[in-house]
Amino acid sequence: MTGKGFLRMLLGVFKRFVMTYVEDFRKGKKRYYTKEGIESRRKADVQGIFTIQYPEEKLPVPEEFRFLPFLVYDEGPNGEKDLRCTSCGICAKVCPPQCISIVRTNDPVTGKPIPQPKEFYIDVDICMNCGLCAEYCPFDAIKMDHDYEIASYSRQNNIYDIERLAKPVSYYAGIRPTNYAAEEIARQEKEALKAAAKKSATAESAG
Amino acid sequence: MSEEQITVVQIPDISLQYEGRVVKDARVGYSGFIVGAEHLLEIVQSLRDELGFDYLSSVTGVDYLPEGKMEVVYHLYRSIGGPALVLKVQVPRDEAVVPSLYHLFKSADWQEREAWDLLGIRFEGHPDLRRILTWEGFAGHPLRKDWKEPYFEEETKPFKSRWPEGITGHIEDKNPFHDNVQYPDGFDPETWVPQAEEALYTSAKKIGRDAELHTDTIVVNLGPQHPSTHGVFRMVAALDGEQVVFLKPVMGYLHRNHEKIGERNTYLQNMPFTDRLDYVSSMSNNFGYALAVEKLMGIKPPERADYIRVMMAELTRWMNHVFSFGFLWNDLGSYFTPMIYALEERELVLDIFEAVSGSRMMCNYFRFGGVARDLPVGVLDRVKELVFERMPRRLDDIDKMLTTNEIVRNRCIGCGVLTAEQAINNGASGPNLRASGVPYDIRRADPYSIYDRLDFDVVVHYHGDVYDRYLTRLDEARQSNRILQQVVRDIPEGPIMTGKPAYQVRVPAGDAYGRVEGPKGELGFYIVSTGKPNPWRYHVRAPSFINLTSLEDMCRGGKIADVVLNLGAVDIVLGEVDR
Repeated sequence: MTGKGFLRMLLGVFKRFVMTYVEDFRKGKKRYYTKEGIESRRKADVQGIFTIQYPEEKLPVPEEFRFLPFLVYDEGPNGEKDLRCTSCGICAKVCPPQCISIVRTNDPVTGKPIPQPKEFYIDVDICMNCGLCAEYCPFDAIKMDHDYEIASYSRQNNIYDIERLAKPVSYYAGIRPTNYAAEEIARQEKEALKAAAKKSATAESAG
Repeated sequence: MSEEQITVVQIPDISLQYEGRVVKDARVGYSGFIVGAEHLLEIVQSLRDELGFDYLSSVTGVDYLPEGKMEVVYHLYRSIGGPALVLKVQVPRDEAVVPSLYHLFKSADWQEREAWDLLGIRFEGHPDLRRILTWEGFAGHPLRKDWKEPYFEEETKPFKSRWPEGITGHIEDKNPFHDNVQYPDGFDPETWVPQAEEALYTSAKKIGRDAELHTDTIVVNLGPQHPSTHGVFRMVAALDGEQVVFLKPVMGYLHRNHEKIGERNTYLQNMPFTDRLDYVSSMSNNFGYALAVEKLMGIKPPERADYIRVMMAELTRWMNHVFSFGFLWNDLGSYFTPMIYALEERELVLDIFEAVSGSRMMCNYFRFGGVARDLPVGVLDRVKELVFERMPRRLDDIDKMLTTNEIVRNRCIGCGVLTAEQAINNGASGPNLRASGVPYDIRRADPYSIYDRLDFDVVVHYHGDVYDRYLTRLDEARQSNRILQQVVRDIPEGPIMTGKPAYQVRVPAGDAYGRVEGPKGELGFYIVSTGKPNPWRYHVRAPSFINLTSLEDMCRGGKIADVVLNLGAVDIVLGEVDR
């Protein structure tokens, strides 16, 4: 019959329309503005309304999510900030749009470079959030952030400096727990190896 | 597979057959054959008619500035499958003139225009050698090695000013507006008359005029700002009543010279830029680029990485095709509700991409010799849930809603017909080619990665109209689903990288062409390395761009309303067309 295929399509659309109400009734108030509501609307068996009502609701981001780099610092016992960055420049070299610029610190007496950045800038206007800097940093000093709400009225302040970029290691551990744990284990192993090598070296020289 | 053994087709040594006219490219690391410009036409014709190399896939140029040479590189295939035959023509740089292949292969049309535009190689005998991606008032040919852009800082990245001095600041402060534009000699933007544009309109007006009846054609500009052009794209059409008698696409509104950026970048830095080509299927772009560079480096990814790569590529294909059904609906006039149905499926796939690579669209996930990181915990289960439960069900839903729908059938059947000969000659690839009855799929014709081990069919339909293009995509999405089911079942444990991850890879000198069957068609990367950290030449054979060559053939003789439908069915992404 002519028109049967068309009617079938309309039926499909109508079914979707009805399902939005069915799901709303079934789940009740829990469907919107709650954590499990958002979760249930992202599953593979979702039916009915699919939209997330931003900004009232926000999609939880996965751990690997990347948005703008930040610098990790370790907190000392007296609250001092100890940046992990050694200003080796690998991130600046690997950066595809070349948005990272680093000023290396030189020892005022000898003039030799010290493993510490004097200044560190990221031009967030041209950062493309590729995450290569974080991936290739040998010191786990630069990591990708999860905070994507950084809109501002002016573009004059969009070259971030060290103050703005530095974030504590506890923050990093909070947003990327699995990565952080894995890195800590690797770090401890490395240090243990180093210590063992030192021990054997001193033993050898003593022997 | 056991009964019908795939025989590996070797490229014949044509330097023996055409002795004296063709020599092997003897440079270390290079492949292919060098032909004298004066013999090019006869040899290509003989290759096409006698040896069956009937598919001219890619035409591009390389500027060898130190040697003072300009090289044109052709990639020819047999449409029955097999590896590429690479032909090279070397001409002096100052007077780069090469005979045009336009009359042998229509696919050379736009690619030669592009080579003229970007490299300044003149193709003799090309009937319409205008600039294609840049505009008339553009000074010089940007891919020439001695051309410099307005914000020029250094020949190659990484720039030395970034470390250790760390000079920073807004780049345009150093190079203020008005100082950042270059014009050709004698070009005044104030008094300029767009000549090429005028010529285009005049030629459009000439066609289809009936002297006896005193009728005139109407010239209509569709786009560049038009909701149906899927981006900024313009078509100059001449109409006789409602019928299209002439149609020329005008593009380049999104042009950023991806290839020049690519030549400034190091190899790894290019990876995130490939995401921006066809931004709907970035994983697939990563794949092609990684393959090309791996070919040069002579490495292979480990087993698990191969499986992950194929999984991502097929998820991309599935997503892209479902997205194209949404657009088909949209172009047919059912505004946006069904489009959202397609977007819903896409979201679920993007969630997986986000969990794996960290970004929904700009994935930047592939590395040379593997992938960036292993699948996070739980992702494989989500993929399984999708490919075994949701995907087949959703495809059936779409099938039910569209395939027998009378409106879809009335509009699409017989609309925008492309014959098999035309499709091959125009260099169409992907679903566009297969819908015209040519069973050519790179995954089978020239297998890469693990596709030779997977069980799937090459989808082919025979009418070459919009409806068959839709059916091809639908069946292909089903095949993708089938591949995905095998991949998630068989994916092995193991490492995901060959060698250590390095931020600067060592690429030996030579050239390589890596190609994948992207969702849109053949996506190829031609790379020339001189052994330095940056590629000497980086060319993208963009499927959307070359598929559009067929647009005029599809639209001519049809109604103006069908132009929108035809354009949608070619399935383009302007990020890739304009590059």
